[in-house]
Amino acid sequence: MTANARANILSRLRATTTQGSFAVPDAPVIAGLALSLEERIDRLRRMLETMHAEVQVVSSSAWLGALKARLRARGLNGLLYGAETPLGAALEAAWEDDLPPLVPYSESVEQCREQLFHIDAGITTTRGAIAENGALILWPSAAEPRLMSLTPGLHIAVLEAGMIFNTFAEAIDQQAWLQEGMPTNALLISGPSKTADIELTLTFGVHGPKELVVFILT
Amino acid sequence: MTKTADVLAFERNVTKALDDGQLRRNLRSAMTTLSQRRRALFADVEAFEKLRTQGQSIRRRALSRLPELLEQLEARCTANGIQVHWAETTAEANAICLDIIRRHGAQRVIKGKSMVSEEMHLNHFLEEQGIEALETDLGEYIIQLDGETPSHIIVPAIHKNKDQIAHLFHDRIPDAPYTEVVEELNAIARQELREKFRAGEVGVSGVNFAVAETGTLCLVENEGNGRMCTTAPPVHIALMGLEKVVEKLQDVPPLLRLLTGSATGQPITTYFNMITAPRRPGELDGPREVHLVILDNGRSSIYGDPERRATLQCIRCGACLNHCPIYTRLGGHAYGHVYPGPIGSILTPQLEGLDEAGVMASASTFCGACEEVCPVKIPFTEILRMLRNEAYARGESEHDVKGHGYRYTTVEALSWKSWALYNTSPGLARIGSQILGKLGQHLPMIGPLKEWTRTRIPPPFAPKSLHQLAQERGLDDDR
Ligand code: SF4
Repeated sequence: MTANARANILSRLRATTTQGSFAVPDAPVIAGLALSLEERIDRLRRMLETMHAEVQVVSSSAWLGALKARLRARGLNGLLYGAETPLGAALEAAWEDDLPPLVPYSESVEQCREQLFHIDAGITTTRGAIAENGALILWPSAAEPRLMSLTPGLHIAVLEAGMIFNTFAEAIDQQAWLQEGMPTNALLISGPSKTADIELTLTFGVHGPKELVVFILT
Repeated sequence: MTKTADVLAFERNVTKALDDGQLRRNLRSAMTTLSQRRRALFADVEAFEKLRTQGQSIRRRALSRLPELLEQLEARCTANGIQVHWAETTAEANAICLDIIRRHGAQRVIKGKSMVSEEMHLNHFLEEQGIEALETDLGEYIIQLDGETPSHIIVPAIHKNKDQIAHLFHDRIPDAPYTEVVEELNAIARQELREKFRAGEVGVSGVNFAVAETGTLCLVENEGNGRMCTTAPPVHIALMGLEKVVEKLQDVPPLLRLLTGSATGQPITTYFNMITAPRRPGELDGPREVHLVILDNGRSSIYGDPERRATLQCIRCGACLNHCPIYTRLGGHAYGHVYPGPIGSILTPQLEGLDEAGVMASASTFCGACEEVCPVKIPFTEILRMLRNEAYARGESEHDVKGHGYRYTTVEALSWKSWALYNTSPGLARIGSQILGKLGQHLPMIGPLKEWTRTRIPPPFAPKSLHQLAQERGLDDDR
């Protein structure tokens, strides 16, 4: 049935050779943003904050301290992390007993579904960010699976300031997404999950994280 | 539906909607807010015009190579491990979904928002087969609880206010307390659905853009339910209309900007989800199977007519609804079909046939607001005018729209023929206007006059025609 469907659909689409009045207009050249690093950091921070993310711009040497200060005394039941990443190694080295326990995501979802849906927080790296729209770029991987930034109520994302691009188009281009090949799942994330489905009232924390904390490392 | 039933049903719906004060208040505030937010985001008119032309260009470039791009998309997806299915009709698409669901022995599917699934009436179909289809987008969840269909393509429950939703939750969700606080309503839904995500068996989603060059399926959303449906279950089925393909990855950023900006005035949604493959070896989560269903359901015949092809440029942002003087007063349900508002008025009669849905093409004042806001510049008025003409075109018609000629009647055809003759023969016109001046008030209300006067009071004819008056003033015919 579907083999025929394919042939029928394609042959119908090919039946018209005339383009008639259907012309393709030239696309105008649009100059993208061209901000300095400082400006990109600033714009990204402002846009993320507008979307209720918490942003902390901090030096690479001080950020672990800042993270610990944030997590201490929050009574979280655990922090999901990727043990095989440099970030994971840094966390392990710096972790202390009075912090929520580090929980590695190391088994397939089928084995740890319950835990994934009950853990309070998750921490991930990012592949970059986009100043124009105020969004983080995540490429989940075997070392940092997809659900890490989705099921925990608190998502902490770590971003190198140098990886903030002006625009989405620039990120695709400079990070050579095409040449490198797309990952299973790539994501842009601009805040904690939200909805405006009831009377357009913006409410944060629906099915994804209720809180997004971003550390921008300078 | 016969043509009179179709017209009458629509008129009944219109009267009902206009009489519903609550509905009109809910709509008015929502539509005003949405259009204000959009205007604020695209405040730089010149820059927006450029972006719009870019969007139009991208969509038209894709459509002008549609068959090649669909083949390329299929090849790339297949190479990435996504299984591609083609469906000529919604029945075929439903059967494909059912087959996949049965193969996995699933009893329940969890759904992200998808207008194509509405077009397929997938939920209803699955329920008949004993499979529960659970909507997880908050708006969709609300209307599903109430046994309704979406009234807007972006904000499906926009016709309801929080009091109505408060009662609904309290009545339909076991143990839900009564609350009118939006945050608390939200929390109730979150808790209800979280359990379902955890247990999810098959996830179903739509597709906003499908990138031919990489075989990537892009999804736009705010809630995270779309990510849940496409990440947590072992199987993901993505449904797309065949027009959703774009050529290149670099085509995505401008379209994304136009889509989120036009829809809700957001510079971007919370999540932009790009899916290129099922779980790869070594990865710990994500579905093991991803299926893409490409649906035609009349689109290829729209494509066949270059004058109508622009209908397929649509990126389903909903801006035309939010700015339409008719939609903003009626809401979506009055239209009686899945796609309401201006896009519905041009798309639905072409998908379902004029004889089924031709009345939707009459739901326009030709004010052109839709054309002004549409981020991909769809020429609504041209298409609407053509559809209205086709409704009367008996036998072979120029555009061969499905169900054309359904409004043709002999009386009407004769009336217009006489009208043409009257206006092209000066002698006849002169005598005629004299007679009309005297007897016009007693014209038989048949054909187009009957239709026109059903909702309007016929104006009295002037005793003397303009031509006569001018002559009496001493003006000659040539000046
Ligand atoms: S027709 Fe244009 S304005 Fe209407 S939904 Fe489609 S893209 Fe948006």
